[in-house]
Amino acid sequence: MITVKKLHKTYEKVTALNNLSFTVNDGEIFGVIGPDGAGKTTLFRILASLLLPDSGSAEMNGLNVVKDFKKIRKIIGYMPGRFSLYQDLSVEENLKFFATIFNATIEDNYHLIKDIYRQIEPFKKRRAGALSGGMKQKLALSCALIHKPEVLILDEPTTGVDPVSRKEFWDMLKKLKTDGITILVSTAYMDEAGMCDRIALMREGNFIATDTPENIISAYQETLWAVETENMPASLRDLRNHPKVKTCFAFGNRHHITVQPNLSEAELQDYLKVKGYANIVVEPISPTVEDCFMALTNA
Amino acid sequence: MKEVIKVSNLTKKFGNFTAVDHISFDVRQGEIFGFLGANGAGKTTAMQMLCGISKPTSGKGTVAGFDVLKQNEKIKKNIGYMSQKFSLYEDLKVWENIRLFGGIYGLSDKEIARKTNDLLHRLNFESERNTIVKSLPLGWKQKLAFSVAIFHTPQIVFLDEPTGGVDPAMRRQFWEMIYEAANEGITVFVTTHYMDEAEYCDRVSMMVDGRIDALDTPAELRRQFNAETMDEVFRKLARKAVRTDN
Amino acid sequence: MKQFLSFVQKEFYHIFRDGRTMLILLGMPVVQILLFGFAINMEVQNIRTAVFDPARDAATTEISGRIAANSYFNEQKHVHSFHEINRLLQQGEIDVAVVFEQNFNENLVHTKKAQIQIITDASNPNTGTIVANYVTAIIGEYQKEKLQLNAIPYQIVVENKLLYNPEMKSAYTFVPGIMGLVLMIICAMMTSISIVREKERGTMEVLLASPIKSWTILIAKTIPYLSLSLINLITILLLSAYVLHVPIQGSLALLIFISVLFIFLALSLGLIISTAVRTQEVAVIISGIGLMMPTLILSGMIFPIDNMPLLLQWASTLVPARWYITAVKKVMIEGLGIAYIIKELSIIAGMIVFLIGVSIANIKYRLN
Repeated sequence: MITVKKLHKTYEKVTALNNLSFTVNDGEIFGVIGPDGAGKTTLFRILASLLLPDSGSAEMNGLNVVKDFKKIRKIIGYMPGRFSLYQDLSVEENLKFFATIFNATIEDNYHLIKDIYRQIEPFKKRRAGALSGGMKQKLALSCALIHKPEVLILDEPTTGVDPVSRKEFWDMLKKLKTDGITILVSTAYMDEAGMCDRIALMREGNFIATDTPENIISAYQETLWAVETENMPASLRDLRNHPKVKTCFAFGNRHHITVQPNLSEAELQDYLKVKGYANIVVEPISPTVEDCFMALTNA
Repeated sequence: MKEVIKVSNLTKKFGNFTAVDHISFDVRQGEIFGFLGANGAGKTTAMQMLCGISKPTSGKGTVAGFDVLKQNEKIKKNIGYMSQKFSLYEDLKVWENIRLFGGIYGLSDKEIARKTNDLLHRLNFESERNTIVKSLPLGWKQKLAFSVAIFHTPQIVFLDEPTGGVDPAMRRQFWEMIYEAANEGITVFVTTHYMDEAEYCDRVSMMVDGRIDALDTPAELRRQFNAETMDEVFRKLARKAVRTDN
Repeated sequence: MKQFLSFVQKEFYHIFRDGRTMLILLGMPVVQILLFGFAINMEVQNIRTAVFDPARDAATTEISGRIAANSYFNEQKHVHSFHEINRLLQQGEIDVAVVFEQNFNENLVHTKKAQIQIITDASNPNTGTIVANYVTAIIGEYQKEKLQLNAIPYQIVVENKLLYNPEMKSAYTFVPGIMGLVLMIICAMMTSISIVREKERGTMEVLLASPIKSWTILIAKTIPYLSLSLINLITILLLSAYVLHVPIQGSLALLIFISVLFIFLALSLGLIISTAVRTQEVAVIISGIGLMMPTLILSGMIFPIDNMPLLLQWASTLVPARWYITAVKKVMIEGLGIAYIIKELSIIAGMIVFLIGVSIANIKYRLN
């Protein structure tokens, strides 16, 4: 259980964390989702007892991150945003080293990392610096897990990792959750929100929403449509120029638009037809977390 | 239509490891070309060869009309480059960065002054002229970096994961800038890990184990692979990878 | 303990896997010894002398004879006034003038005190000092012999650095200097770099978030460099004994003891640098400018401290290498025992206590 109360941190002029309060339940995957510069790293470093907050308090399993920092460091597994293993040490040496500094052995907790480590074990003699992005993440996770932490703090573990490796990474986290480990994870990829039990959308030091992904989506107020035409780039501008279209953004192969309630789909179809578009599709859709984030930050 | 990148059988070997394995493709002028692949598939090496930074082991090709084997200095003058890792000097002011890159590409002072005003106006950035780049939000930095990369109106601009970590709205504004540049005739060669962004490309290539295993429009690729999204296409292709490492 | 040992092991991996750096570290003392011992010759040869000898007795004749016979000295003029000496020095016709007082031998025998003045051209202070030292050495040698013959306890103290270097080899003075320099570079610079590297690569963040104690990290970091320094120390001593033929006159154990003390001092300096800086470049610059330059310039290794302006002489008292080099000279070259280096030892020990205090106060438990 993580309890954060009114956590506040500023750097010179910038407010990195603005009186943040939230709780994370035992055995939960809690995702902090927001762009770079939202304050995710600052928050995670304070929780990992690496930074002091200006004010407010944070407790992990009853231990205060400021006063009990020595005990905190025994129960957490922390993976910083940057790849932070020894590049000139082999895969096996890294794992062994991190096990020892946590007073653990690989044998003790092998069951915990088995599924992850098995994928990189064939390369255990290889130096960590020569691994690909996805494999580095797997090794880093193994190292963070090898002492069987109660809480796992992962700062943007999937940044710069390709979609396939990202998917694998999240599958591993799901498995760890069944071992009872509380997982706090941050990401800038909005599409990873669905993998979490609960998420906090973070922007400029604030949580602009904290809930399950489903609840955040169902709290979405706008009328959201997807629009497809033959000429997607050009239609962006024309859609934005329509008086009843509030926002219009590209979302992959479709545009997502929020509209005023009194606009009908047929009306918009006609509008686009007049503008000379063909193969027009307009349909109401349910929002993604990214839509929610954009709606919340637009307001 | 004019082709600004033409490569055939381009290969790069490091010792007995083939990082890029006989890739062949063309990119047309004004096209937005998505260059996708898993970590370690060889994207970076391939891009370095196209930019004239790395010499191919074998194969041939032209970029912006110049030979990748012999005329790499000329290639560098005719392309722009921007990556997430390095793009601007953080400790210089906005206008100083613009002047610096303008100077590197040999623009005259007068031209630099005129285009700087133009650029700042277009980005709605006039008030930030004297801001140190470090203190700009990431999204702004990336928009500025892109503008700087195309400041000398190159034939092609190479973008290496330009939008990583940028917030959703900014990411889209960034892509709208890419569209604009493409409309003005600048060819855009871009890598990304956001699969929705793959959809914004005119054509997309997928690298697997150093080869280009698929190359087509996003819609055609989805049809070919019987997939709903580019994400699915990517996963189906990447699963074929044998190599797990670079 | 296991934590500690596996940390030390990791540090050794880092060093062994960076072959180039290791080669530099192990090769540096060899190159420096050879460079200073052979290439950079600080000896002055073909010295031209003027002798002003109003006494013209047995002692003065013997002394000027010895000077003339010495292989470093070339021609010898006899002059009859200070005026002449001035002229010859100004015109560059002589490098040194030796002036005996009247009734030199008489004074020496009866009052046990006689005066010789050595005048050198100080426009090049180094050459001047070296030449003056040569002359004093020859005079000292003469005194020593007389002393043994007469068995009279003379109370004459000769200000003479080369007294115990009868062959007057410049390598003698450089070996202690090189020891100081090499130990300073390896211990201070490499320790600080290796800690700062962990900060730069982000691994320090992971270490801080683990139960390992900060001081465990710091001590474990110093062990490999301590052992490297000892290897270098042995290399230097072997090279100086068998290649430069500079023998160890005093106790080897004492020499090693002072060196280990100095190594600790350098290590704690390295730790302090590492806590203050964030990037490897800055660590290199600080250890380069802050430690190497003073060691080279102010320690007396190259430029004699006595020739420095007063301000720099004061500054030199703060340079640890100055005390180390002096102590090594005394033990290694003059063959003196521990009683003669109490002052140097206590200053070095005091510096260690102070520096370790500062580095403990600076230990960080968090990122700043």
